[in-house]
Amino acid sequence: MLISEQKPLEEILAYADGDKNIFIIGCKGCAEGWGSGGEKQVAEMKSTLQEKGKVITGSVVIDMLCDAALTKLQLRSYKKEIAAADSILVLTDGAGVQTVAEVVNKVVHPGCNTLSSGGGHAEWKESERCLECGDCVLEFTGGLCPIARCSKHLLNGPCGGSQGGKCEVDPGIPCVWQQIVDHLAKLGRLDKLERLVGPKNWSVSLTSGPPVKRFSQT
Amino acid sequence: MKTKSNLERVLESKIFAVTGELGPPQSADADVIRRKAKILKGHVDGCNVTDGQTAVVRMSSWAACLIAKEEGLDPIVQMTCRDRNRIALQMDVLGIAALGMNNVLCLTGDHQKFGNHPTAKGVYDLDSVQLVKMVKDMRDEKKFQCGEVMAVEPHLFIGAAENPFADPLEFRAVRLGKKATAGADFIQTQIVYNVDKFAEWMRMVRDKGLHEKVKILAGVAPIKSVGAARYMKTRVPGMDVPDGVVARLQGVPKEQVSKEGIKLCIDIINQVREIEGVAGIHLMAIEWEEAVPEMVEAAGLLPRPKFVT
Repeated sequence: MLISEQKPLEEILAYADGDKNIFIIGCKGCAEGWGSGGEKQVAEMKSTLQEKGKVITGSVVIDMLCDAALTKLQLRSYKKEIAAADSILVLTDGAGVQTVAEVVNKVVHPGCNTLSSGGGHAEWKESERCLECGDCVLEFTGGLCPIARCSKHLLNGPCGGSQGGKCEVDPGIPCVWQQIVDHLAKLGRLDKLERLVGPKNWSVSLTSGPPVKRFSQT
Repeated sequence: MKTKSNLERVLESKIFAVTGELGPPQSADADVIRRKAKILKGHVDGCNVTDGQTAVVRMSSWAACLIAKEEGLDPIVQMTCRDRNRIALQMDVLGIAALGMNNVLCLTGDHQKFGNHPTAKGVYDLDSVQLVKMVKDMRDEKKFQCGEVMAVEPHLFIGAAENPFADPLEFRAVRLGKKATAGADFIQTQIVYNVDKFAEWMRMVRDKGLHEKVKILAGVAPIKSVGAARYMKTRVPGMDVPDGVVARLQGVPKEQVSKEGIKLCIDIINQVREIEGVAGIHLMAIEWEEAVPEMVEAAGLLPRPKFVT
């Protein structure tokens, strides 16, 4: 179980600034359970964004968004709606956002912050996908997480130790920044990497101790 | 001038700059610093003092810098994000400025896995780009990272590093651009052995006009032995040592290898000097400081200009 809460609307709108047509994805698993991205929240987000002048090309709530194969299968029925969108808003934890980034060639916007694994972990057994840091940065990194997957948590990476697609720390670790650059190059959106990403808010992360304010909205 | 930095004056005067490097000891021995500083004095415009390089515990950079400054060098304090969060980094920025340091080099830092305490917790609260921006805002806006204002700002000439040989190649110039935008005044590169690849990177840098925004110093270093060349080629992350370099050292009798290593480095200095946009060199003769004076002289870079600071 991954516990998430929606990001403030202003933040989501800032991410989608410049995108007219948006496709929304939620999940019937954790995100529905925590009220951050189930049927109800996806419908609400749809009308909220329409009020703000966005065109919603379609929306879907997937059964288990952390399952890449299942997600790929279920999204097949929405090919046209996704193709018509400028970007995809994903209302789930970081694992779900990264599934969509992996199976769909579109810019993804994270609509939620992931707060905790709630004792368990999502479906990526071979590697850590989300550290539940509470301040999701996937918007700036092509939908791949450098907090969970870069040895130095770099937000303006890659560092000087990235070679042949591998991390300097261990040849068994892929360099996520190489993957980020490759992914955004494929989308023709390397411009996303030119902005300076500022210092991260670690106060909402478990690594800073008991997170007093983390669960205020859940 | 933004600062009292000697290096800033040299670069602003369009003189081809030379910076050196001094590694602090793995002990509390101040004499090691004094001995190395005496060798480098008069041969470099500024001198990096490493901050726990390769994640091995050594005397702290700022403390070693203070000793080096007493010996007449204009030290460049290296500062990594590996061991300190934004609070500690800002405290050190204030401290080094108060001690009379003029230069800081902002780095992410070598991963703790490579050092002698591989089980340590890495900090990485900021990355090098964010550190550059933070120091720049402290200096030019008198602002801490949180936005609060300070009474007396730190006047530091701000440097950063870049590796033209790491992947993804097409992104390395973009990343340099981010450091320039963040506020870096000068850049020191990873050691150049592959001059062709470095020249290709410089072309991308010039295409973006970055050489006009930030002063670029090419990293160079003499190689002492064939073994050292092989080690750098295969074991040091982010290094590019072409086969020709190893072959050149193998081609001379064993007792002449270190001399050949120095000659090779001087050749590289002469080559990078011809590349448009290269404002100087950063000469890293780690644990071989004795080689620096003859190298700087042989490269025709003496005497170094003298500025009153």
